[in-house]
Amino acid sequence: MEVINESAALLTNYEVYSLLTDIQNGRGQKKPNKHQQNLATITYETVKYLENTPCKLQDPDILAKFTKAVAPFKLMKAETLQLLNHRPKTAVEIQLIIEESEERLTEEQIYELLEIISTNVPGTDEVETTEMAEVEMNNEEIREDTEMEAEDDYDEDEEVEVADELIVEDKNDVQVGEEDNDDD
Amino acid sequence: MFVLSEMKDTVRIPPWEFKEETTDAIIEILNKKLANKVVYNVGLCIALWDLVKLEDSFIFPGDGASHTNVHFRYVVFRPFVDEILVGKIKGCSKEGVHVSMGFFDDILIPADALQHPARFDEEEQLWAWEYEVDEDTKHQLFMDIGEEIRFRVVDESFVDTTPSGPDTTNTDNVDSILTDPDLKKPPYTITGSISESGLGCLSWWNS
Repeated sequence: MEVINESAALLTNYEVYSLLTDIQNGRGQKKPNKHQQNLATITYETVKYLENTPCKLQDPDILAKFTKAVAPFKLMKAETLQLLNHRPKTAVEIQLIIEESEERLTEEQIYELLEIISTNVPGTDEVETTEMAEVEMNNEEIREDTEMEAEDDYDEDEEVEVADELIVEDKNDVQVGEEDNDDD
Repeated sequence: MFVLSEMKDTVRIPPWEFKEETTDAIIEILNKKLANKVVYNVGLCIALWDLVKLEDSFIFPGDGASHTNVHFRYVVFRPFVDEILVGKIKGCSKEGVHVSMGFFDDILIPADALQHPARFDEEEQLWAWEYEVDEDTKHQLFMDIGEEIRFRVVDESFVDTTPSGPDTTNTDNVDSILTDPDLKKPPYTITGSISESGLGCLSWWNS
Protein backbone atom coordinates (compact mmCIF):
# COMPACT_ATOMS: atom_id res chain seq x y z
CA MET A 1 0.00 0.00 0.00
CA GLU A 2 1.17 3.47 -0.81
CA VAL A 3 0.10 6.73 0.78
CA ILE A 4 -0.03 9.46 -1.86
CA ASN A 5 -1.14 12.34 0.33
CA GLU A 6 -1.74 11.73 4.01
CA SER A 7 -3.98 14.74 4.48
CA ALA A 8 -5.43 15.84 1.17
CA ALA A 9 -8.28 17.72 2.82
CA LEU A 10 -9.79 18.50 6.21
CA LEU A 11 -13.27 17.15 6.86
CA THR A 12 -15.86 18.68 9.13
CA ASN A 13 -17.46 16.50 11.75
CA TYR A 14 -20.72 16.78 9.82
CA GLU A 15 -19.22 15.26 6.67
CA VAL A 16 -17.84 12.31 8.58
CA TYR A 17 -21.08 11.90 10.50
CA SER A 18 -23.20 11.82 7.35
CA LEU A 19 -20.85 9.32 5.66
CA LEU A 20 -20.92 7.00 8.66
CA THR A 21 -24.67 7.14 9.15
CA ASP A 22 -25.03 6.41 5.42
CA ILE A 23 -22.82 3.36 5.84
CA GLN A 24 -24.83 2.21 8.84
CA ASN A 25 -28.06 2.53 6.89
CA GLY A 26 -26.65 0.90 3.77
CA ARG A 27 -26.85 4.08 1.66
CA GLY A 28 -24.10 4.52 -0.93
CA GLN A 29 -21.87 1.87 0.59
CA LYS A 30 -23.16 -1.47 1.75
CA LYS A 31 -23.89 -2.14 5.39
CA PRO A 32 -20.97 -3.80 7.15
CA ASN A 33 -21.57 -7.57 7.04
CA LYS A 34 -20.47 -10.05 9.67
CA HIS A 35 -16.97 -10.25 8.21
CA GLN A 36 -16.42 -6.51 8.69
CA GLN A 37 -16.32 -6.27 12.46
CA ASN A 38 -13.71 -3.52 12.38
CA LEU A 39 -15.78 -1.24 10.18
CA ALA A 40 -18.92 -1.90 12.21
CA THR A 41 -17.09 -1.11 15.47
CA ILE A 42 -15.43 2.08 14.33
CA THR A 43 -18.56 3.47 12.65
CA TYR A 44 -20.63 2.72 15.76
CA GLU A 45 -18.12 4.30 18.14
CA THR A 46 -17.49 7.35 15.97
CA VAL A 47 -21.18 7.99 15.36
CA LYS A 48 -21.78 7.67 19.08
CA TYR A 49 -19.15 10.34 19.74
CA LEU A 50 -20.34 12.64 16.95
CA GLU A 51 -23.97 12.42 18.05
CA ASN A 52 -23.04 14.44 21.11
CA THR A 53 -21.51 17.24 19.07
CA PRO A 54 -23.29 20.07 17.25
CA CYS A 55 -22.63 18.40 13.87
CA LYS A 56 -25.70 16.24 14.37
CA LEU A 57 -27.92 19.23 13.59
CA GLN A 58 -25.96 20.55 10.62
CA ASP A 59 -26.54 20.13 6.91
CA PRO A 60 -24.62 21.21 3.78
CA ASP A 61 -26.62 24.46 3.53
CA ILE A 62 -25.65 25.49 7.04
CA LEU A 63 -21.97 24.82 6.36
CA ALA A 64 -22.03 26.81 3.12
CA LYS A 65 -23.94 29.72 4.66
CA PHE A 66 -21.64 29.80 7.68
CA THR A 67 -18.41 29.80 5.66
CA LYS A 68 -19.80 32.74 3.65
CA ALA A 69 -20.84 34.60 6.79
CA VAL A 70 -17.41 34.38 8.41
CA ALA A 71 -15.45 35.21 5.25
CA PRO A 72 -14.88 38.87 6.30
CA PHE A 73 -13.03 37.73 9.44
CA LYS A 74 -10.22 36.24 7.35
CA LEU A 75 -10.02 33.07 9.42
CA MET A 76 -7.89 30.13 8.40
CA LYS A 77 -9.74 27.11 7.09
CA ALA A 78 -8.72 25.07 10.12
CA GLU A 79 -10.22 27.75 12.38
CA THR A 80 -13.52 27.89 10.48
CA LEU A 81 -13.65 24.13 10.70
CA GLN A 82 -13.20 24.15 14.45
CA LEU A 83 -15.84 26.84 14.88
CA LEU A 84 -18.27 24.52 13.09
CA ASN A 85 -17.21 21.44 15.01
CA HIS A 86 -17.36 23.05 18.45
CA ARG A 87 -19.94 25.81 18.01
CA PRO A 88 -18.36 28.02 20.72
CA LYS A 89 -20.71 30.01 22.93
CA THR A 90 -18.24 32.13 24.90
CA ALA A 91 -15.43 34.54 24.06
CA VAL A 92 -12.97 32.29 25.90
CA GLU A 93 -13.66 29.44 23.49
CA ILE A 94 -13.19 31.74 20.49
CA GLN A 95 -9.82 32.81 21.87
CA LEU A 96 -8.78 29.17 22.17
CA ILE A 97 -9.73 28.28 18.63
CA ILE A 98 -8.45 31.38 16.87
CA GLU A 99 -4.75 31.88 17.10
CA GLU A 100 -3.55 35.25 18.35
CA SER A 101 -7.14 36.37 18.49
CA GLU A 102 -6.22 39.46 20.52
CA GLU A 103 -4.27 40.86 17.62
CA ARG A 104 -6.45 39.66 14.80
CA LEU A 105 -9.90 40.39 16.21
CA THR A 106 -11.29 43.26 18.25
CA GLU A 107 -13.63 42.58 21.13
CA GLU A 108 -16.64 43.66 19.05
CA GLN A 109 -15.61 41.30 16.29
CA ILE A 110 -15.48 38.40 18.73
CA TYR A 111 -19.03 39.14 19.87
CA GLU A 112 -20.09 39.57 16.25
CA LEU A 113 -18.60 36.16 15.52
CA LEU A 114 -20.45 34.59 18.46
CA GLU A 115 -23.67 36.16 17.16
CA ILE A 116 -23.09 34.70 13.68
CA ILE A 117 -22.41 31.28 15.16
CA SER A 118 -25.52 31.27 17.32
CA THR A 119 -27.78 32.39 14.46
CA ASN A 120 -26.29 30.29 11.66
CA VAL A 121 -25.28 27.08 13.39
CA PRO A 122 -28.03 25.24 15.26
CA GLY A 123 -27.19 24.18 18.80
CA THR A 124 -28.71 22.23 21.63
CA ASP A 125 -29.34 25.13 24.02
CA GLU A 126 -32.70 25.33 25.74
CA VAL A 127 -33.36 28.79 24.31
CA GLU A 128 -33.21 27.49 20.80
CA THR A 129 -35.45 24.48 21.19
CA THR A 130 -37.98 25.85 18.74
CA GLU A 131 -35.29 26.55 16.17
CA MET A 132 -33.87 23.10 16.76
CA ALA A 133 -37.22 21.41 16.23
CA GLU A 134 -37.47 23.18 12.91
CA VAL A 135 -34.03 22.06 11.88
CA GLU A 136 -34.77 18.52 12.88
CA MET A 137 -37.90 18.58 10.81
CA ASN A 138 -35.92 19.88 7.85
CA ASN A 139 -33.30 17.25 8.38
CA GLU A 140 -35.93 14.59 8.37
CA GLU A 141 -37.36 15.89 5.14
CA ILE A 142 -33.93 15.90 3.58
CA ARG A 143 -33.30 12.41 4.83
CA GLU A 144 -36.52 11.17 3.35
CA ASP A 145 -35.75 12.84 0.05
CA THR A 146 -32.31 11.37 -0.20
CA GLU A 147 -33.53 7.99 0.81
CA MET A 148 -36.06 8.01 -1.98
CA GLU A 149 -33.76 9.05 -4.78
CA ALA A 150 -30.55 7.55 -3.52
CA GLU A 151 -31.58 3.95 -3.23
CA ASP A 152 -29.48 2.84 -6.17
CA ASP A 153 -27.70 6.05 -7.16
CA TYR A 154 -25.92 7.69 -4.27
CA ASP A 155 -25.85 11.46 -4.52
CA GLU A 156 -22.47 12.35 -3.19
CA ASP A 157 -21.81 15.50 -5.21
CA GLU A 158 -23.31 17.86 -2.71
CA GLU A 159 -21.09 16.72 0.11
CA VAL A 160 -17.97 16.74 -1.99
CA GLU A 161 -18.66 20.32 -2.96
CA VAL A 162 -18.77 21.35 0.68
CA ALA A 163 -15.67 19.33 1.31
CA ASP A 164 -13.85 21.22 -1.41
CA GLU A 165 -14.83 24.53 0.07
CA LEU A 166 -13.38 23.64 3.42
CA ILE A 167 -10.37 21.90 2.02
CA VAL A 168 -6.99 22.84 3.36
CA GLU A 169 -4.66 21.60 0.70
CA ASP A 170 -2.23 20.19 3.19
CA LYS A 171 -0.68 21.03 6.50
CA ASN A 172 2.05 23.15 4.93
CA ASP A 173 -0.61 25.55 3.83
CA VAL A 174 -1.73 26.11 7.38
CA GLN A 175 1.78 26.65 8.53
CA VAL A 176 2.44 29.27 5.87
CA GLY A 177 -0.68 31.04 7.06
CA GLU A 178 0.56 31.03 10.59
CA GLU A 179 3.89 32.49 9.68
CA ASP A 180 2.18 35.30 7.85
CA ASN A 181 0.30 36.14 10.99
CA ASP A 182 3.44 36.21 13.04
CA ASP A 183 4.85 38.84 10.73
CA ASP A 184 1.82 41.00 11.24
CA MET B 1 -10.20 16.30 13.59
CA PHE B 2 -10.78 14.15 10.51
CA VAL B 3 -8.84 14.34 7.25
CA LEU B 4 -9.06 12.71 3.85
CA SER B 5 -6.01 10.68 2.88
CA GLU B 6 -5.24 9.73 -0.69
CA MET B 7 -3.87 6.21 -0.98
CA LYS B 8 -3.14 3.63 -3.59
CA ASP B 9 -3.21 -0.13 -3.12
CA THR B 10 -3.29 -3.35 -5.08
CA VAL B 11 -6.54 -5.08 -4.18
CA ARG B 12 -6.74 -8.82 -4.55
CA ILE B 13 -10.28 -10.00 -5.26
CA PRO B 14 -10.61 -13.72 -4.53
CA PRO B 15 -12.69 -15.74 -7.04
CA TRP B 16 -15.64 -16.22 -4.65
CA GLU B 17 -16.13 -12.43 -4.62
CA PHE B 18 -16.49 -12.30 -8.45
CA LYS B 19 -20.26 -12.52 -8.11
CA GLU B 20 -20.21 -9.06 -6.48
CA GLU B 21 -19.90 -5.79 -8.38
CA THR B 22 -16.16 -5.06 -8.72
CA THR B 23 -16.48 -1.72 -6.90
CA ASP B 24 -18.52 -3.24 -4.06
CA ALA B 25 -15.94 -5.99 -3.63
CA ILE B 26 -13.09 -3.46 -3.62
CA ILE B 27 -14.86 -1.22 -1.08
CA GLU B 28 -15.44 -4.21 1.18
CA ILE B 29 -11.84 -5.40 0.94
CA LEU B 30 -10.41 -1.95 1.60
CA ASN B 31 -12.68 -1.41 4.59
CA LYS B 32 -11.80 -4.84 5.92
CA LYS B 33 -8.12 -4.02 5.62
CA LEU B 34 -8.08 -0.47 6.98
CA ALA B 35 -11.10 0.34 9.15
CA ASN B 36 -10.22 0.85 12.83
CA LYS B 37 -6.49 0.44 12.12
CA VAL B 38 -3.69 2.92 12.59
CA VAL B 39 -1.53 3.50 9.52
CA TYR B 40 1.99 4.64 10.33
CA ASN B 41 2.32 8.43 9.98
CA VAL B 42 -1.23 8.71 8.63
CA GLY B 43 -3.59 8.21 11.56
CA LEU B 44 -6.53 6.08 12.66
CA CYS B 45 -8.49 4.95 9.59
CA ILE B 46 -12.27 5.24 9.90
CA ALA B 47 -14.02 4.42 6.61
CA LEU B 48 -13.64 4.65 2.84
CA TRP B 49 -14.68 8.03 1.39
CA ASP B 50 -14.58 7.24 -2.34
CA LEU B 51 -12.74 5.35 -5.07
CA VAL B 52 -10.82 7.76 -7.27
CA LYS B 53 -9.50 5.52 -10.01
CA LEU B 54 -9.41 1.82 -10.86
CA GLU B 55 -6.56 0.64 -13.06
CA ASP B 56 -6.67 -2.51 -15.21
CA SER B 57 -7.00 -5.80 -13.35
CA PHE B 58 -4.42 -8.58 -13.67
CA ILE B 59 -4.51 -12.34 -13.26
CA PHE B 60 -1.30 -14.07 -12.29
CA PRO B 61 -0.43 -17.67 -13.18
CA GLY B 62 -1.24 -20.00 -10.32
CA ASP B 63 -3.69 -17.62 -8.63
CA GLY B 64 -7.38 -17.47 -9.47
CA ALA B 65 -7.82 -14.02 -7.92
CA SER B 66 -7.79 -10.74 -9.82
CA HIS B 67 -5.45 -7.94 -8.80
CA THR B 68 -6.44 -4.33 -9.30
CA ASN B 69 -4.54 -1.13 -8.59
CA VAL B 70 -6.94 1.21 -6.86
CA HIS B 71 -6.60 4.90 -6.03
CA PHE B 72 -8.92 5.86 -3.20
CA ARG B 73 -9.59 8.39 -0.46
CA TYR B 74 -10.04 7.31 3.13
CA VAL B 75 -11.42 9.16 6.16
CA VAL B 76 -8.71 9.28 8.82
CA PHE B 77 -8.75 10.54 12.40
CA ARG B 78 -5.67 12.77 12.59
CA PRO B 79 -6.15 15.94 14.62
CA PHE B 80 -3.59 18.59 13.74
CA VAL B 81 -1.26 20.05 16.36
CA ASP B 82 -2.99 22.97 18.16
CA GLU B 83 -6.47 21.64 17.42
CA ILE B 84 -9.02 21.80 20.26
CA LEU B 85 -10.76 18.50 21.01
CA VAL B 86 -13.34 17.36 23.54
CA GLY B 87 -13.05 13.94 25.14
CA LYS B 88 -13.97 12.06 28.31
CA ILE B 89 -11.62 11.37 31.20
CA LYS B 90 -10.77 7.69 31.20
CA GLY B 91 -8.55 7.67 34.22
CA CYS B 92 -5.89 9.47 36.21
CA SER B 93 -2.43 8.26 37.12
CA LYS B 94 0.81 9.81 38.34
CA GLU B 95 1.77 10.40 34.69
CA GLY B 96 -1.25 12.56 34.03
CA VAL B 97 -4.81 12.35 32.81
CA HIS B 98 -5.85 9.73 30.27
CA VAL B 99 -8.55 10.85 27.86
CA SER B 100 -10.77 8.84 25.53
CA MET B 101 -12.74 10.00 22.48
CA GLY B 102 -14.85 6.84 22.45
CA PHE B 103 -13.33 5.56 19.23
CA PHE B 104 -9.75 6.55 20.15
CA ASP B 105 -8.21 6.03 23.58
CA ASP B 106 -4.51 6.80 23.45
CA ILE B 107 -4.59 10.40 24.59
CA LEU B 108 -2.52 11.56 27.55
CA ILE B 109 -2.40 14.94 29.20
CA PRO B 110 0.90 14.78 31.10
CA ALA B 111 1.14 16.12 34.64
CA ASP B 112 3.11 19.20 33.59
CA ALA B 113 0.47 20.20 31.04
CA LEU B 114 -2.39 20.39 33.57
CA GLN B 115 -3.77 23.64 34.96
CA HIS B 116 -1.35 25.17 37.45
CA PRO B 117 -1.20 24.38 40.39
CA ALA B 118 -2.44 20.80 40.09
CA ARG B 119 -2.15 18.08 42.70
CA PHE B 120 -2.48 14.30 42.51
CA ASP B 121 -4.76 12.97 45.23
CA GLU B 122 -3.35 9.60 46.28
CA GLU B 123 -6.49 8.57 48.14
CA GLU B 124 -8.92 9.27 45.34
CA GLN B 125 -6.37 8.55 42.61
CA LEU B 126 -7.50 11.68 40.85
CA TRP B 127 -5.92 14.92 39.70
CA ALA B 128 -7.26 18.15 41.14
CA TRP B 129 -6.76 21.75 40.09
CA GLU B 130 -6.16 23.88 43.19
CA TYR B 131 -7.89 27.00 41.99
CA GLU B 132 -7.09 30.00 44.15
CA VAL B 133 -10.07 32.22 44.79
CA ASP B 134 -8.05 34.51 47.05
CA GLU B 135 -5.00 34.04 49.28
CA ASP B 136 -6.68 31.89 51.92
CA THR B 137 -9.32 29.89 50.09
CA LYS B 138 -8.58 27.33 47.45
CA HIS B 139 -11.06 25.42 45.38
CA GLN B 140 -10.27 21.77 44.80
CA LEU B 141 -11.46 21.07 41.27
CA PHE B 142 -11.29 17.29 40.85
CA MET B 143 -11.05 15.73 37.43
CA ASP B 144 -13.54 12.91 37.88
CA ILE B 145 -13.58 9.89 35.64
CA GLY B 146 -16.15 10.16 32.86
CA GLU B 147 -16.22 13.96 32.89
CA GLU B 148 -16.00 15.79 29.58
CA ILE B 149 -12.72 17.59 29.07
CA ARG B 150 -11.57 20.07 26.46
CA PHE B 151 -7.88 20.00 25.56
CA ARG B 152 -5.40 21.23 22.97
CA VAL B 153 -3.35 18.77 20.92
CA VAL B 154 0.33 19.58 21.46
CA ASP B 155 2.08 16.50 20.10
CA GLU B 156 1.49 13.24 18.30
CA SER B 157 3.69 10.20 18.01
CA PHE B 158 3.63 7.13 15.83
CA VAL B 159 5.35 3.89 16.75
CA ASP B 160 6.18 1.41 14.03
CA THR B 161 4.63 -1.79 15.37
CA THR B 162 5.41 -4.01 12.40
CA PRO B 163 7.22 -7.12 13.59
CA SER B 164 10.93 -6.81 12.92
CA GLY B 165 11.76 -10.50 12.60
CA PRO B 166 13.43 -12.78 15.08
CA ASP B 167 16.06 -11.23 17.30
CA THR B 168 19.29 -13.14 16.71
CA THR B 169 21.26 -11.57 19.55
CA ASN B 170 18.90 -12.58 22.33
CA THR B 171 17.49 -16.07 21.73
CA ASP B 172 17.47 -17.53 25.24
CA ASN B 173 14.76 -15.45 26.82
CA VAL B 174 11.17 -15.44 25.54
CA ASP B 175 9.81 -13.61 28.58
CA SER B 176 11.68 -10.44 27.73
CA ILE B 177 9.78 -10.25 24.44
CA LEU B 178 6.43 -10.63 26.16
CA THR B 179 7.17 -8.06 28.82
CA ASP B 180 9.03 -5.61 26.61
CA PRO B 181 7.10 -2.34 26.97
CA ASP B 182 8.06 -1.27 23.44
CA LEU B 183 6.06 -4.11 21.96
CA LYS B 184 2.89 -3.16 23.79
CA LYS B 185 3.15 0.52 22.94
CA PRO B 186 0.10 1.92 21.19
CA PRO B 187 0.82 2.71 17.53
CA TYR B 188 -0.50 6.28 17.66
CA THR B 189 -0.62 8.49 20.73
CA ILE B 190 -1.73 12.07 21.15
CA THR B 191 -0.36 14.37 23.83
CA GLY B 192 -2.72 17.06 25.06
CA SER B 193 -2.50 20.13 27.23
CA ILE B 194 -5.07 21.98 29.34
CA SER B 195 -2.87 24.73 30.78
CA GLU B 196 -4.84 27.60 29.24
CA SER B 197 -8.01 29.34 30.28
CA GLY B 198 -11.04 27.72 28.69
CA LEU B 199 -9.42 24.27 28.69
CA GLY B 200 -10.10 21.49 31.14
CA CYS B 201 -13.37 20.00 32.35
CA LEU B 202 -16.34 21.60 30.57
CA SER B 203 -18.12 22.06 33.90
CA TRP B 204 -15.40 24.45 35.08
CA TRP B 205 -16.22 27.01 32.40
CA ASN B 206 -19.97 26.67 32.09
CA SER B 207 -20.95 29.05 34.86
